[in-house]
Amino acid sequence: MATAAETIEQIKRRIEEIDPETAREEIERGDVVLLDTREVGEWKESHLEGATLVPPAEVIERADEVAPDPSQRVILYCASGNRSARAADALQSELGYENAASVAGGIKAWEANGLPVIAAEGLTPEQRMRYSRHTLLPEVGVEGQAKLLKAKVLLLGAGGLGSPAALYLAAAGVGTLGIVDDDLVDETNLQRQVIHDTTRVGAPKTESARQSIEQLNPDVNVVEHRTRLGPDNVIELLEPYDIIVDGADNFPTRYLLNDASVRLRKPVVSASILAFDGQVSTFVPYEGPCYRCLYPVPPPPEIAPSCGAAGVLGVMAGVMGLLQANEVIKLAAGIGEPLIGRLLLYDSLSTRFTELKVKRDPECPICGDNAPEIPVEEMGKFPDYELFCAAPAREPSPAA
Amino acid sequence: MPTVKIPPVLRPKTGGESEVSASGASVGQVLAALAEAHPDTREQLFGPDGDLNRYVNVYLNDEDVRVLDGLETAVGDSDTVVILPAMAGGG
Repeated sequence: MATAAETIEQIKRRIEEIDPETAREEIERGDVVLLDTREVGEWKESHLEGATLVPPAEVIERADEVAPDPSQRVILYCASGNRSARAADALQSELGYENAASVAGGIKAWEANGLPVIAAEGLTPEQRMRYSRHTLLPEVGVEGQAKLLKAKVLLLGAGGLGSPAALYLAAAGVGTLGIVDDDLVDETNLQRQVIHDTTRVGAPKTESARQSIEQLNPDVNVVEHRTRLGPDNVIELLEPYDIIVDGADNFPTRYLLNDASVRLRKPVVSASILAFDGQVSTFVPYEGPCYRCLYPVPPPPEIAPSCGAAGVLGVMAGVMGLLQANEVIKLAAGIGEPLIGRLLLYDSLSTRFTELKVKRDPECPICGDNAPEIPVEEMGKFPDYELFCAAPAREPSPAA
Repeated sequence: MPTVKIPPVLRPKTGGESEVSASGASVGQVLAALAEAHPDTREQLFGPDGDLNRYVNVYLNDEDVRVLDGLETAVGDSDTVVILPAMAGGG
C-alpha cells in the first residue's frame, strides 16, 4: 500500500512504465483501455484519442466501470507521468490489476515525440502554445481563448489610445480587429503611438497598424477602414463588430458614436487622455449609462483642449489604452467585472486612481425612458453633433 | 473642512493647486467658497443665473450630485467634492 511519505520514484519502480512510442504501438494494436488521469481543464486543452478521462480522485471508484476486467491491458497517462504512476500503483496494489502501465513523461513527452493528440475545439496546436499563458488561467481557459478568437472588435482611431489597445488585443488573440483612421503617421505621434514606428512616417495609420499586428500575431484578421467616422458611415461601420473601442480625439465623434452604438446595442469602451490625466469607462447600452448620461453636453473648447494643444504624457496613452484592452477582454471572454456604471480616473503625477459612479439618466435623450424610438428607416439619420458641440450652451437638438 | 478636487484644466485658475479646502455645508456653498477664493473659476463653474454649468460634473465623494440634491447636497468636513469636465483627447 502506497503511503504519503513514499517518493514518486519508489512508486515508479513498483509499476510498469512505458515510453510514449511503445504506448502508441500498443494502442494501435488494440485491446487497450486508455485512461487519462488528469483534470477536466487539462483534458479540454488536449488529450489522446480513444482515452477516457478519470481524474486521480476517481480512479479507484471508477476502475470497475472503465476497466471491468483486472487482467486486461490498461495504459494510463497524465501530464508528465507522476499522477498516472500513482494511479497505476493504486490499481495494482489495491485492486489487483495485473496489467497496468503508466506512460513515462505523460502527454508532454507524447507530444514532444511528435505523436498526435486531439486538440481543443477551435485551437490549433500552435494556438495552444501561443496562448498557453491565457489558457492556464482558470478564469480564461481554452473556452475563454476561443471566445477571444471569435470576437470582432472595432478600434476608433489608431492613435494614442488605439495603438496600445490594438497591440495587446492582437497579442491576446482577438480574432478580428477593425481600425478606423484616415490619418497618416507623423513624427510627433511616435512619442506615444507605439504601434507605429520611424519607418512608417507618412504611411496611413491603418496600414502601419496592420503591419505591426500581423507581425505580432498572424491569427488576427485586420480590417482597415481608412476613413473618418461620420453620420453617413457610422451604422455600416459598427454593425459587423461586437465591441467598440473609442479612441477618438474630438467630442462630435464621441457623441455620434454613442448615439449609433446605443441604437445598435453595441458596447463601447471609452477613454480619453490629456496632459497627465485619463478617464475610462465601459458603456453597455441599457445595462448601464451611455456617454450622454455621463456628459449631457460638451464643454466649451477652453476647458477641453486637444493633446496637440496642451500636450500629453506618452505613457498616459499606454495606461488608458491598456485599461481599454482589459475591458474588451473581460467583455469578450465574459469574465471579471467591467467598468459599467463606473468612471475610472487616473492621475499619473500622483499615480492615483479615483472611481466615480455613473448612473443611467432616465431623462437621457439617447437611452432614457423617453428617448425616441428610432424606426429602421431612420437608423442612419443623426442630429448634427458638430453643431451640438460648437454651441454647448444650447439645449441639445432633438434627434432628426 | 471639505476638500475640492480641481481638474487639470482648472488648475491654472487655482494657482496650480489640485486640491483646495473650501468651507461650506452644501455643495453649492463649497463651490461658492472656491469661486470666492479663486474668482477665475467662477465662469467655468457657474452660469450667469448662478446654476452649475451643465457641462461640468460635480461629485460628492463618488456620487454625481445630480442624483443627490444638486447644489443643495449636504457636505461634511471629511467629504471631497470632485469637479469633472469631459475630456476629448484620444490621440
